[in-house]
Formats: sequence, structure tokens, C-alpha cells
Amino acid sequence: MLELKNICFEVRDDSGAAAKDILRDVSLTVDEKCFVVITGPNGGGKSTLAKLIMGIERPTQGQILFEGRDITGLSITERAQLGLGFAFQQPVRFKGLTVQDLLSLAAGRALDVNSVCGYLSEVGLCAKDYVEREVNGSLSGGELKRIEIAMQIARSPKLSIFDEPEAGIDLWSFQNLIRVFEKMRETIKGPVIIISHQERILEIADRIIVIADGRVKAEGAKNDVLPQLLVDSGACDFYKGLRI
Amino acid sequence: MNEVDKSLLSKISGLEAVPPGAYNLRVNGSSAGRADSENVSIRPKDDGTGLDIHVRPGTRDKLHIPVIVSQAGLVDVVQNDFFIGEGADVSIVAGCGIHNDSHAQMRHDGLHIFHIDRNARVFYEEKHYGEGLGSGENVLNPVTDIFMEAGAYMEMETVQIEGVDSTRRITRAVLGEGATLIVREKLMTHDSQTAETAFEVDLNGDDSSANVISRSVAKDRSSQIFLSRINGNSRCMGHSECDAIIMDNASVKAIPEITANHGEASLIHEAAIGKIAGEQLIKLMTLGLSQEEAESQIVNGFLK
Repeated sequence: MLELKNICFEVRDDSGAAAKDILRDVSLTVDEKCFVVITGPNGGGKSTLAKLIMGIERPTQGQILFEGRDITGLSITERAQLGLGFAFQQPVRFKGLTVQDLLSLAAGRALDVNSVCGYLSEVGLCAKDYVEREVNGSLSGGELKRIEIAMQIARSPKLSIFDEPEAGIDLWSFQNLIRVFEKMRETIKGPVIIISHQERILEIADRIIVIADGRVKAEGAKNDVLPQLLVDSGACDFYKGLRI
Repeated sequence: MNEVDKSLLSKISGLEAVPPGAYNLRVNGSSAGRADSENVSIRPKDDGTGLDIHVRPGTRDKLHIPVIVSQAGLVDVVQNDFFIGEGADVSIVAGCGIHNDSHAQMRHDGLHIFHIDRNARVFYEEKHYGEGLGSGENVLNPVTDIFMEAGAYMEMETVQIEGVDSTRRITRAVLGEGATLIVREKLMTHDSQTAETAFEVDLNGDDSSANVISRSVAKDRSSQIFLSRINGNSRCMGHSECDAIIMDNASVKAIPEITANHGEASLIHEAAIGKIAGEQLIKLMTLGLSQEEAESQIVNGFLK
């Protein structure tokens, strides 16, 4: 379904010289109906990898294939139209655009209030209070995050990418978030890739990929990777959810 | 009215036919229809310069005062006085549409003066729109003077988003004790259009308050100037906000001025000018929109 071949990504300084390698020769494959969690320490290149898949960043080297097609040179819009979806780590605010507007844009059709309410209920928001709300600074981080996830549900892409869905949300919202992903896991239609530090999310995964220092450090079935991951990180409680 | 006039009327007021209730329809400098309602009377001034509109105290009503300019080269000047009786609650739909297929400038200078009595409420809506294939300029220069007695309340919504080459908009208000004024302005300029909008609010009565909110988009080579002057002359609250999206080679100037002449005046001004945030475009592109479609959605939402 999705294949990354020898992906490298480097940032350059003002003179154009290569300043830092963010990703180094990353190759991985994500199969149909696979729930993948990409994890690893901050600064390891996880979010960059997600952005490369969506086309928000372009690799310095390497190839990205989706359903057998080389999408490396395609724009964000073209990738979205092929069926890739992306939920931002920090949801974007829009003055003037309402929750209903954004969910309609995500769904690709004008949604009526009932449909909007349905999607909002799925992410635990009391729908009536939100349909007409502007997606602006008046919404809390947790509310924005859940609306961001509702947009992905409304969009129903072939491949969904969530960049740290747990970041910036309160503990109460987090419990709901886990339920949303558990449900997504049960009703999975296409591959879901989640960038996360959370043990609760790692536990839902079919496969876990560990990215550190720009490389794939470990990859495999959850039961093979997770126990070692918890041992390795144990003392700092990195994956126990204390970083929320 | 011909089809052009009917289309303009629909665009500025949403009217497809003669509205129910009190109205005056001004087409090319003269009245093309007028009606009173039980509690609203609309009378031409003796000197022919405009209308005197009286709303009886304590009544609820809605009235329409649209203006159409479609005659080549016309410069239309009018002064309408609104006398809103004590405790009345009225909604007023005004606005002006210009259709210019000529090479001559066409202009409407409308002065609206509101005398709002004690505890009366006014919701005032004004849309401005221009169109036409001619090279002549479409010019609209509205002036609104508002005098508010104790406890009076007014909301004013103005929209100008297309086809007006030049506008100088002046809104002045004097508020008495406990009076409240809320102004929401939506403005878009494109090509080489210019727009100047100036607010001057005197908060004279204790517990009076004013909130002036402007959202604008400047495209192409157009230019905008936003001036907001709020004078706190009593124990009062004043807030003005100018929020502008700038695109292409446009220019936007925001000039805030708040003056406190009383120890318990509380005044705030906020102004922000900037391009569309890149992350907003990217977000909408991840939903499958092209960059142009994303820009359009963001601008339309901003001015909604």
C-alpha cells in the first residue's frame, strides 16, 4: 500500500550547505489494513517522516510509493486526492471558518447539521455546541485536536496519518482519544499511521516502528517490539504517558 | 426597474420584489417606490435632499432603504435622517449597488443620521456592491452619524466585497449613558481599488460601550486605510479591532487611536495585518483543495 525506499531528508543552512541529516536511508512498508504506530524520542525524525509521506516536505533522496505508484514528486493536493489524509500535531486555526465548514471541506461535500453532529459525537464533542463555532483561538487545544480527528473520520482517506494526536490535550480528552483510536482499529478500512509516544496507543498497534537519530531503530509486530521498548525506556517513563 | 436594477437590488438587500413593511427604493436619484407601515413613516425632506424616517416609540419593525445607481455618469447625493423612538426595536436594511457600463465615474454619497432615543435598539445592515463592463469608476462614500441616548443599542454590519473602485467611509457615533454600539465591517478590495474607512466614537455617558470590529482582505494592487478613533470621556468600555489579510502587491494601513479623558475609561485597540498563514493553506490542501481553492475558502470564511 505504502512503501518508502531509502528516504533521506537533510536541512540546509543559509549558505545552502547541508547542515543536518533529519532522516537517513529510511525504508519501510505499510500494508493494507495495518495499524502502525511510529514512535521514538523527540527530534528523531518521526514528524518529518509523516510530512514527507503527505508531501508537506520533500525528501532529499529516495522514493515514496502509494498503491504501487511513485508519488515522490506529487503535490500535497495530488496526494490528498489519491487518498492520503493527515491530522496535524498542532491543529490550524481559521478565523471565520466554522466546524461545519471544515468538516464539509474534509468530507468533500456540504454536510448537514446531523452529519456534522455524527462526526463530532464520534470524537466525544457535544455536537450542538460546536457546529457553528469558528475554528479559532476560542477553542481549547483538546477541542481543536478532536475536531482535527473528526475531519479525518469525515474524510475517510485510504491512508490516514495522525501526527502525535495526544500532544496538547488534557487527560480527560486523552481517554476519549484512546477510545476513538480503538474504534478506528476495529473498523479499519485502510492503513492508519500514528506518530505517538503513548503506551496506550502503542498497545493498539499491529506494528510498531521506532525512529531515532533519523533511522529505523526497530520495526516489527507490536508483541515483538513493545516489550523491549518499555524496558529500554523504563526509568524515564517516556512511554507511560507522563509527557502529556 | 429593469433586470440590471433588479439584480443589483437582490445583491445588496436580498430582495426579489417589493418588501413587506416600510421601504423606500431609490433608483438613479429618485424614489422608485415607497411605503409606510403602521409604525414607520418615510417622508421626503422638504428641500428634496433625502428622507426623514420616523419609527414610533416601543414598536418592533423592519424597513428597507436600498439605493440603485445604473445611469451613466450619475452622481447621487442623499441625506436620510432616522428618528428611532424610545424603546423601539428595528432592523434596517440599507445599501447601494452600482452598475457602470460607461467610461464615466458613477458615485453615491449617502449620509445617514441616526437619532436613537432612550432604550431603543437598532440593527443596521448595509451592503455595497459594484459591477459593470465600463472603465468608469464606481465610487461609494457613505457617512453614518449616530446619536445614542441613554440605554440605546445599535449593531451595524457593513459589507463591501466586490466592484467598488473607491470608497471613503466615515462612521461617527456619540453615546450617552449605558448606550452600546457594535460595528462589524467586512471589506475586500481588488485590482487598483482604494478604501478608506474611519470610525470616530465618543463614549460620553457612564457605562457606555463600543466595539468596532473590522475584517478586510486587500488583493492585487489595492490599498486600504483603517482609522479607528475612540474617545473615552466617561466610565466606559471601548474596543476596536482591525484584522487584515494582505495579498499580492496590496497595501493596508491601520491607524489606531484611543484616548482616555476619564479615569475609569477602559480602551483597547487590536490591529493585525498579515498574509494567509502557510499552515492554513497546507491544511486545506491536505483535504484535497488546490492552493487557489484553499485561498478562496480562507478569504470567504474570513469575510463571512
